[in-house]
Amino acid sequence: MSGRDVILGRIRRALGPEPDDAQDPHAGYESAVPRDYLREHGTRGEDATVDLLAENLADYRALVHRTDADGLAELLARLLAARGTRTVLVPPGLPRWWLATADATRVPDRAAHTARDLDRVDSVVTGCAVAVAETGTLVLDGSPDQGRRRITLVPDHHVCVVRVPDQVVASVPLALERLDPRRPLTWISGPSATSDIELDRVEGVHGPRTLEVVLVSGV
Amino acid sequence: MSGTFVGMPAFPEAARAAVGDATLRANLRHATHTIRDKRARAVAELDDWARLREAGKRIKDHTLRHLDRYLLRLEEAVTAAGGTVHWAADAAEANRIVTRLVQETGESEVVKVKSMATQEIGLNEALEAAGVRAYETDLAELIVQLGHDRPSHILVPAIHRNRGEIRDIFRAEMGRWGRPAPEGLTDTPAELAEAARLHLREKFLRARVGISGANFMVAETGTLVVVESEGNGRMCLTLPETLISVVGVEKVVPTWRDLEVFLQTLPRSSTAERMNPYTSTWTGTTDSDGPRAFHLVLLDNGRTDTLADEVGRQALRCIRCSACLNVCPVYERAGGHAYGSVYPGPIGAILSPQLRGTASAVDASLPYASSLCGACYEVCPVAIDIPEVLVHLRERVVEGGEVTRRGVRVRLRPAKGHAAERAAMRAARWVFGHPGALRAGQRLASRTRAVHPRTLPGPGRAWSATRDLPPVPAEPFRDWWRRTHGEGSGA
Repeated sequence: MSGRDVILGRIRRALGPEPDDAQDPHAGYESAVPRDYLREHGTRGEDATVDLLAENLADYRALVHRTDADGLAELLARLLAARGTRTVLVPPGLPRWWLATADATRVPDRAAHTARDLDRVDSVVTGCAVAVAETGTLVLDGSPDQGRRRITLVPDHHVCVVRVPDQVVASVPLALERLDPRRPLTWISGPSATSDIELDRVEGVHGPRTLEVVLVSGV
Repeated sequence: MSGTFVGMPAFPEAARAAVGDATLRANLRHATHTIRDKRARAVAELDDWARLREAGKRIKDHTLRHLDRYLLRLEEAVTAAGGTVHWAADAAEANRIVTRLVQETGESEVVKVKSMATQEIGLNEALEAAGVRAYETDLAELIVQLGHDRPSHILVPAIHRNRGEIRDIFRAEMGRWGRPAPEGLTDTPAELAEAARLHLREKFLRARVGISGANFMVAETGTLVVVESEGNGRMCLTLPETLISVVGVEKVVPTWRDLEVFLQTLPRSSTAERMNPYTSTWTGTTDSDGPRAFHLVLLDNGRTDTLADEVGRQALRCIRCSACLNVCPVYERAGGHAYGSVYPGPIGAILSPQLRGTASAVDASLPYASSLCGACYEVCPVAIDIPEVLVHLRERVVEGGEVTRRGVRVRLRPAKGHAAERAAMRAARWVFGHPGALRAGQRLASRTRAVHPRTLPGPGRAWSATRDLPPVPAEPFRDWWRRTHGEGSGA
């Protein structure tokens, strides 16, 4: 007998006959689980939600910058220059004008790149899929302006551009609604961190040690 | 569960040794108090916490009640998304499957994301026996692995080590596993983390096989979820060509929407953060992004036996947040090693004896590794009534009864060591039923206070060896009441 048959047989014996309403247990699911918890905590306008995102990102030691469409290219160029970035990874769908004035050499996100190739790149610039204000979280879903999961992981410096207010939601429940589970998702709340040594928080173990978030309006 | 730490003494002996270790107690006290205070603040930010907790409990209960259906739905969804599902009835079968999958890649080393399930089945040892080296990549797991040590906490496995001890381990051991510790390494957390980054990065960059567990599996979509902080999880989940995830069958939830509950309650309960730094979700494989082959190994290993116990079943709701460890007065003093299992603390005290049965001395002692103060139930984000299960398991140890082992109903005999306890309880029942005898006994006890021993003789020693005997008052309460309130005022 296969492990599958053994386990399913054990479960059925453990549970006994199913209750009457269980022809399709999923049909009774929504009544079995109370969903009376909040969709979001507190009521805020768009601006206040963006402010809360900025505050919570900063609380987890992400560096937050704000600009509008006119200032974006210049700001990105400045952030890369300030770190001495010579090479910058660019996802295939990142709008070209974002990096129009940056001096760094653009490295396209290619499948042929090995992890070691990525390790030699200084910075990466991406867009994002959605940002969660209450938790200070950015979510990447692998869309063309964000690229493969590994490009935001191996380089030490990640700059993530969030379009405000349309990419910002207040809460985790509202974020999940917007996301497609068939895509690989990466949720990022601040830079890589550990609390394994005496529960002292240290930024930067394996992922990017510096996370910069650009909140851009009017794009 | 094969994860019994070999030669582990029963909880009372192990705890006595641990309680005498002043460094251990100081490390633990610092860590648990820090995190429990932070957790309380993180939870207080959400004014619907009680409702989230209730929803989490109901989601898990519903899933467990229909577990076979949700696992089949999950299998279908994972397969449709390009993954392969394997079923492992016990630790040996899981280890065989994973070892074969690794060997089929032709690789002789793997990188691992911290995972309770693979700890539980002793996967690293099984791989080592087959000539495959498994590298732990979570900083705390690395400290444990380099230190030839055992984990002592679910979330922070090296919680029992302080920075000085960690520096000594890194200096002595890193070179034997790969890149040595930097010259002149100090004991600041930042430098220690940097040493780990350099040591592990060379392993990540060349790894072709990754092994993980998962925090959640979504039946409707086939999505797996790993919640972490350091990025080592992301490294192992996305850089290798082959990913093997070993996950307990109880980790399934029905719908994508269910994550809205657990992604709020888990980070706040475990690391006391609004959200952990990294969460990865993946559904089968994705073209040119991440591993090309994905294997999911669904693990039973005592979980279906636990499911068969209607009181004990609630332990399977556990989302491994470890909040119960951090508030437990027993854990804080005894440390995680005393529990003789990869699952320490209050949850370990109910999970291990159910997964493994109560045949061994350590497992029979675990239901007693608690003061039943209830703090663990209070903080549990899925409302597991740990004290209720502890009492239930104590009854089973003492009285015996029907249990399920490896899917078969068996009758458990009363534990031998508890004959004296049963006799004492029978005697107590008689005495409390005879007020005259009780009164005479109490007066006699009060008058002989001066000559009472500090430990009980004979079979009573088993009881008094782990407790201070309560002092007998100078006057029985009933006499005092009668004297101060008068004969007629008693209720």
